Amino acid sequence: MTCKDFLALLDDLIDDEVSPNMRTELQTHLGRCGHCEVVLNTTRKTIEIYRSHEIYDLPTDLRERLHAAIMSRCKKGC
Amino acid sequence: MPTIQSIAGQLEPHPDVALVARVRDGDVSAYDTLVRKYERQLFRIAQHITQNREDAEDVMQDAFLKAYEKLEQFQGNSKFYTWLVRIAVNESLMRLRKRRTGRMVSIDEDIETDEGSVPRDLADWAPDPEQNYGQAELAEILRKTIQGLPPGFRIVFVLRDVEGLSTEETAETLGLSVPAVKSRLLRARLQLRERLSRYFHKKKGLMETGIVK
Ligand SMILES: [Zn+2]
Repeated sequence: MTCKDFLALLDDLIDDEVSPNMRTELQTHLGRCGHCEVVLNTTRKTIEIYRSHEIYDLPTDLRERLHAAIMSRCKKGC
Repeated sequence: MPTIQSIAGQLEPHPDVALVARVRDGDVSAYDTLVRKYERQLFRIAQHITQNREDAEDVMQDAFLKAYEKLEQFQGNSKFYTWLVRIAVNESLMRLRKRRTGRMVSIDEDIETDEGSVPRDLADWAPDPEQNYGQAELAEILRKTIQGLPPGFRIVFVLRDVEGLSTEETAETLGLSVPAVKSRLLRARLQLRERLSRYFHKKKGLMETGIVK
Protein backbone atom coordinates (compact mmCIF):
# COMPACT_ATOMS: atom_id res chain seq x y z
CA MET A 1 0.00 0.00 0.00
CA THR A 2 1.30 3.44 -0.94
CA CYS A 3 0.66 6.70 0.92
CA LYS A 4 -1.69 7.67 -1.90
CA ASP A 5 -3.73 4.50 -1.37
CA PHE A 6 -3.79 5.22 2.33
CA LEU A 7 -5.00 8.76 1.79
CA ALA A 8 -7.81 7.56 -0.47
CA LEU A 9 -9.12 5.48 2.43
CA LEU A 10 -8.43 8.01 5.17
CA ASP A 11 -12.04 9.13 5.52
CA ASP A 12 -13.36 5.57 5.57
CA LEU A 13 -10.85 4.74 8.29
CA ILE A 14 -11.80 7.80 10.34
CA ASP A 15 -15.52 7.11 9.89
CA ASP A 16 -15.02 3.44 10.69
CA GLU A 17 -16.29 2.25 7.33
CA VAL A 18 -13.51 -0.15 6.38
CA SER A 19 -13.63 -3.94 6.30
CA PRO A 20 -11.53 -5.85 8.87
CA ASN A 21 -9.13 -6.94 6.11
CA MET A 22 -8.67 -3.42 4.85
CA ARG A 23 -8.18 -2.20 8.40
CA THR A 24 -5.30 -4.66 8.86
CA GLU A 25 -3.68 -3.40 5.64
CA LEU A 26 -4.06 0.19 6.76
CA GLN A 27 -2.60 -0.63 10.17
CA THR A 28 0.38 -2.30 8.52
CA HIS A 29 1.02 0.82 6.45
CA LEU A 30 0.71 3.00 9.56
CA GLY A 31 3.22 0.79 11.37
CA ARG A 32 5.94 1.79 8.95
CA CYS A 33 4.86 5.20 7.72
CA GLY A 34 5.22 8.03 10.22
CA HIS A 35 3.84 10.57 7.75
CA CYS A 36 0.51 8.83 7.32
CA GLU A 37 0.31 8.31 11.06
CA VAL A 38 0.65 12.07 11.59
CA VAL A 39 -1.92 12.82 8.89
CA LEU A 40 -4.40 10.37 10.43
CA ASN A 41 -3.96 11.61 14.00
CA THR A 42 -4.01 15.30 13.15
CA THR A 43 -7.03 14.91 10.86
CA ARG A 44 -8.89 13.14 13.66
CA LYS A 45 -7.86 15.89 16.03
CA THR A 46 -9.03 18.55 13.56
CA ILE A 47 -12.52 17.05 13.49
CA GLU A 48 -12.59 16.62 17.25
CA ILE A 49 -11.57 20.23 17.88
CA TYR A 50 -14.28 21.60 15.58
CA ARG A 51 -16.84 19.30 17.13
CA SER A 52 -16.04 20.22 20.71
CA HIS A 53 -15.62 23.99 20.44
CA GLU A 54 -18.52 26.32 19.92
CA ILE A 55 -17.12 28.96 17.60
CA TYR A 56 -20.38 30.77 16.92
CA ASP A 57 -22.17 30.88 20.21
CA LEU A 58 -25.67 32.18 20.56
CA PRO A 59 -25.86 34.30 23.74
CA THR A 60 -28.90 33.54 25.89
CA ASP A 61 -30.45 37.01 25.57
CA LEU A 62 -30.18 36.97 21.78
CA ARG A 63 -31.51 33.44 21.71
CA GLU A 64 -34.54 34.40 23.80
CA ARG A 65 -35.20 37.46 21.66
CA LEU A 66 -35.08 35.49 18.41
CA HIS A 67 -37.14 32.70 19.90
CA ALA A 68 -39.84 35.11 21.04
CA ALA A 69 -39.89 36.77 17.62
CA ILE A 70 -40.31 33.44 15.83
CA MET A 71 -43.07 32.23 18.13
CA SER A 72 -45.05 35.45 18.06
CA ARG A 73 -45.07 35.41 14.28
CA CYS A 74 -46.09 31.74 14.22
CA LYS A 75 -48.97 32.45 16.59
CA LYS A 76 -50.20 35.13 14.25
CA GLY A 77 -50.29 32.47 11.57
CA CYS A 78 -47.02 33.84 10.12
CA MET B 1 -49.63 0.46 17.32
CA PRO B 2 -48.89 -3.24 17.89
CA THR B 3 -48.78 -4.04 14.18
CA ILE B 4 -46.02 -1.49 13.66
CA GLN B 5 -44.04 -2.52 16.71
CA SER B 6 -44.17 -6.16 15.73
CA ILE B 7 -42.14 -5.54 12.58
CA ALA B 8 -38.69 -6.97 13.26
CA GLY B 9 -36.01 -4.35 13.69
CA GLN B 10 -38.50 -1.49 13.53
CA LEU B 11 -36.97 1.55 15.18
CA GLU B 12 -38.84 3.65 17.70
CA PRO B 13 -40.37 6.61 15.91
CA HIS B 14 -38.28 9.76 16.28
CA PRO B 15 -39.77 12.02 19.01
CA ASP B 16 -40.07 14.82 16.42
CA VAL B 17 -42.73 12.83 14.56
CA ALA B 18 -45.23 13.25 17.39
CA LEU B 19 -44.34 16.94 17.81
CA VAL B 20 -44.82 17.60 14.11
CA ALA B 21 -48.18 15.84 14.22
CA ARG B 22 -49.27 18.05 17.12
CA VAL B 23 -48.22 21.21 15.27
CA ARG B 24 -50.26 20.07 12.29
CA ASP B 25 -53.23 19.74 14.63
CA GLY B 26 -52.78 23.38 15.59
CA ASP B 27 -50.75 23.01 18.77
CA VAL B 28 -48.30 25.93 18.61
CA SER B 29 -46.60 24.92 21.87
CA ALA B 30 -45.32 21.78 20.15
CA TYR B 31 -43.63 24.03 17.60
CA ASP B 32 -42.12 26.02 20.46
CA THR B 33 -40.47 22.79 21.61
CA LEU B 34 -39.10 22.08 18.14
CA VAL B 35 -37.75 25.61 17.76
CA ARG B 36 -35.99 25.39 21.15
CA LYS B 37 -34.52 22.07 20.23
CA TYR B 38 -32.91 23.21 16.99
CA GLU B 39 -32.42 26.98 17.16
CA ARG B 40 -28.77 26.75 18.22
CA GLN B 41 -27.87 24.38 15.40
CA LEU B 42 -29.67 26.45 12.80
CA PHE B 43 -27.99 29.62 13.97
CA ARG B 44 -24.60 27.93 13.87
CA ILE B 45 -25.14 26.53 10.37
CA ALA B 46 -26.33 29.92 9.12
CA GLN B 47 -23.28 31.63 10.64
CA HIS B 48 -20.95 29.13 9.03
CA ILE B 49 -22.46 29.68 5.60
CA THR B 50 -23.17 33.42 5.62
CA GLN B 51 -20.25 34.36 7.90
CA ASN B 52 -22.35 37.26 9.03
CA ARG B 53 -24.14 37.52 12.33
CA GLU B 54 -27.11 39.62 11.18
CA ASP B 55 -27.70 37.33 8.24
CA ALA B 56 -27.57 34.35 10.57
CA GLU B 57 -30.21 35.90 12.83
CA ASP B 58 -32.47 36.53 9.84
CA VAL B 59 -31.88 33.09 8.37
CA MET B 60 -32.73 31.40 11.64
CA GLN B 61 -36.01 33.27 11.97
CA ASP B 62 -36.99 32.91 8.32
CA ALA B 63 -36.15 29.21 8.27
CA PHE B 64 -38.36 28.44 11.27
CA LEU B 65 -41.20 30.53 9.86
CA LYS B 66 -40.90 28.92 6.46
CA ALA B 67 -40.87 25.46 8.00
CA TYR B 68 -43.98 26.34 9.98
CA GLU B 69 -45.80 27.57 6.90
CA LYS B 70 -44.74 24.61 4.80
CA LEU B 71 -45.21 21.92 7.40
CA GLU B 72 -47.97 20.37 5.28
CA GLN B 73 -45.33 19.71 2.62
CA PHE B 74 -43.04 17.88 5.00
CA GLN B 75 -43.17 14.27 3.88
CA GLY B 76 -42.02 12.54 7.01
CA ASN B 77 -39.80 10.16 5.06
CA SER B 78 -36.85 12.32 5.97
CA LYS B 79 -36.12 13.56 9.47
CA PHE B 80 -37.72 16.84 10.47
CA TYR B 81 -34.27 18.10 11.45
CA THR B 82 -32.70 17.43 8.03
CA TRP B 83 -35.69 19.00 6.33
CA LEU B 84 -35.27 22.06 8.53
CA VAL B 85 -31.54 22.21 7.84
CA ARG B 86 -32.21 22.11 4.13
CA ILE B 87 -34.46 25.16 4.43
CA ALA B 88 -31.81 26.97 6.50
CA VAL B 89 -29.03 26.10 4.03
CA ASN B 90 -31.07 27.45 1.12
CA GLU B 91 -31.91 30.64 3.00
CA SER B 92 -28.25 31.05 3.94
CA LEU B 93 -27.05 30.62 0.38
CA MET B 94 -29.58 33.20 -0.79
CA ARG B 95 -28.22 35.73 1.72
CA LEU B 96 -24.66 34.92 0.78
CA ARG B 97 -25.42 35.49 -2.89
CA LYS B 98 -27.05 38.83 -2.10
CA ARG B 99 -23.95 40.02 -0.29
CA ARG B 100 -21.55 38.75 -2.87
CA THR B 101 -23.22 39.98 -6.01
CA GLY B 102 -21.25 39.01 -9.04
CA ARG B 103 -19.37 36.30 -7.21
CA MET B 104 -20.29 32.73 -7.86
CA VAL B 105 -21.68 31.08 -4.77
CA SER B 106 -22.74 27.54 -5.35
CA ILE B 107 -22.42 24.31 -3.51
CA ASP B 108 -22.82 22.11 -6.55
CA GLU B 109 -20.15 23.64 -8.78
CA ASP B 110 -17.08 21.48 -8.97
CA ILE B 111 -14.46 23.19 -6.94
CA GLU B 112 -11.29 23.52 -8.91
CA THR B 113 -8.60 23.45 -6.32
CA ASP B 114 -6.06 20.89 -5.34
CA GLU B 115 -5.16 22.74 -2.19
CA GLY B 116 -4.84 20.35 0.68
CA SER B 117 -5.54 17.27 -1.38
CA VAL B 118 -1.96 16.20 -0.75
CA PRO B 119 -0.80 16.71 2.84
CA ARG B 120 2.32 18.85 2.95
CA ASP B 121 2.73 19.61 6.59
CA LEU B 122 3.79 16.35 8.13
CA ALA B 123 5.14 17.51 11.48
CA ASP B 124 3.29 16.18 14.49
CA TRP B 125 1.09 18.31 16.73
CA ALA B 126 1.51 18.98 20.41
CA PRO B 127 -0.41 16.47 22.60
CA ASP B 128 -3.33 18.75 23.45
CA PRO B 129 -2.59 21.61 21.10
CA GLU B 130 -5.73 23.63 21.89
CA GLN B 131 -4.54 24.00 25.48
CA ASN B 132 -1.82 26.38 24.34
CA TYR B 133 -4.47 28.98 23.52
CA GLY B 134 -7.08 30.82 25.51
CA GLN B 135 -10.75 30.12 24.69
CA ALA B 136 -11.27 33.33 22.74
CA GLU B 137 -7.99 33.02 20.89
CA LEU B 138 -8.73 29.41 19.96
CA ALA B 139 -12.23 30.27 18.74
CA GLU B 140 -10.71 33.01 16.56
CA ILE B 141 -8.18 30.57 15.08
CA LEU B 142 -10.92 28.03 14.35
CA ARG B 143 -13.20 30.66 12.80
CA LYS B 144 -10.49 32.15 10.63
CA THR B 145 -9.37 28.73 9.47
CA ILE B 146 -12.79 27.41 8.48
CA GLN B 147 -13.79 30.71 6.87
CA GLY B 148 -10.92 30.25 4.44
CA LEU B 149 -12.46 27.13 2.93
CA PRO B 150 -14.50 27.35 -0.28
CA PRO B 151 -18.24 27.43 0.65
CA GLY B 152 -18.87 24.02 -0.91
CA PHE B 153 -16.26 22.39 1.32
CA ARG B 154 -17.20 24.37 4.40
CA ILE B 155 -20.87 23.46 4.29
CA VAL B 156 -20.17 19.76 3.84
CA PHE B 157 -17.72 19.74 6.75
CA VAL B 158 -20.10 21.64 9.01
CA LEU B 159 -23.12 19.45 8.32
CA ARG B 160 -21.28 16.15 8.36
CA ASP B 161 -18.59 16.62 11.01
CA VAL B 162 -19.81 19.43 13.23
CA GLU B 163 -23.59 18.90 13.19
CA GLY B 164 -23.33 15.14 12.86
CA LEU B 165 -25.55 14.50 9.83
CA SER B 166 -24.78 11.25 8.04
CA THR B 167 -23.13 11.31 4.61
CA GLU B 168 -26.49 10.42 3.04
CA GLU B 169 -28.35 13.14 4.95
CA THR B 170 -25.71 15.69 3.99
CA ALA B 171 -26.06 14.67 0.34
CA GLU B 172 -29.83 14.89 0.50
CA THR B 173 -29.77 18.25 2.28
CA LEU B 174 -27.39 19.81 -0.25
CA GLY B 175 -28.73 18.08 -3.34
CA LEU B 176 -25.34 16.47 -3.95
CA SER B 177 -24.46 12.86 -4.70
CA VAL B 178 -22.91 10.74 -1.97
CA PRO B 179 -19.54 10.51 -3.82
CA ALA B 180 -19.53 14.31 -4.21
CA VAL B 181 -20.09 14.73 -0.47
CA LYS B 182 -17.33 12.24 0.28
CA SER B 183 -14.78 13.90 -1.95
CA ARG B 184 -15.59 17.34 -0.53
CA LEU B 185 -15.43 16.05 3.01
CA LEU B 186 -11.98 14.53 2.55
CA ARG B 187 -10.62 17.71 1.02
CA ALA B 188 -12.26 19.90 3.65
CA ARG B 189 -10.78 17.82 6.44
CA LEU B 190 -7.33 17.83 4.87
CA GLN B 191 -7.37 21.56 4.17
CA LEU B 192 -8.42 22.35 7.71
CA ARG B 193 -5.76 20.03 9.06
CA GLU B 194 -3.14 21.69 6.91
CA ARG B 195 -4.14 25.18 8.01
CA LEU B 196 -4.41 24.30 11.69
CA SER B 197 -0.98 22.66 11.63
CA ARG B 198 0.78 25.98 11.82
CA TYR B 199 -0.90 26.72 15.14
CA PHE B 200 -0.79 23.29 16.67
CA HIS B 201 2.73 22.04 15.98
CA LYS B 202 4.88 20.88 18.82
CA LYS B 203 6.94 23.72 20.24
CA LYS B 204 9.98 22.75 18.20
CA GLY B 205 8.04 23.05 14.98
CA LEU B 206 6.66 26.41 16.02
CA MET B 207 10.12 27.81 16.60
CA GLU B 208 11.30 26.55 13.26
CA THR B 209 8.47 28.32 11.49
CA GLY B 210 9.13 31.47 13.47
CA ILE B 211 5.68 31.66 15.08
CA VAL B 212 7.16 31.30 18.56
CA LYS B 213 10.26 33.32 19.26
ZN1 LIG C 1 2.20 6.58 4.17
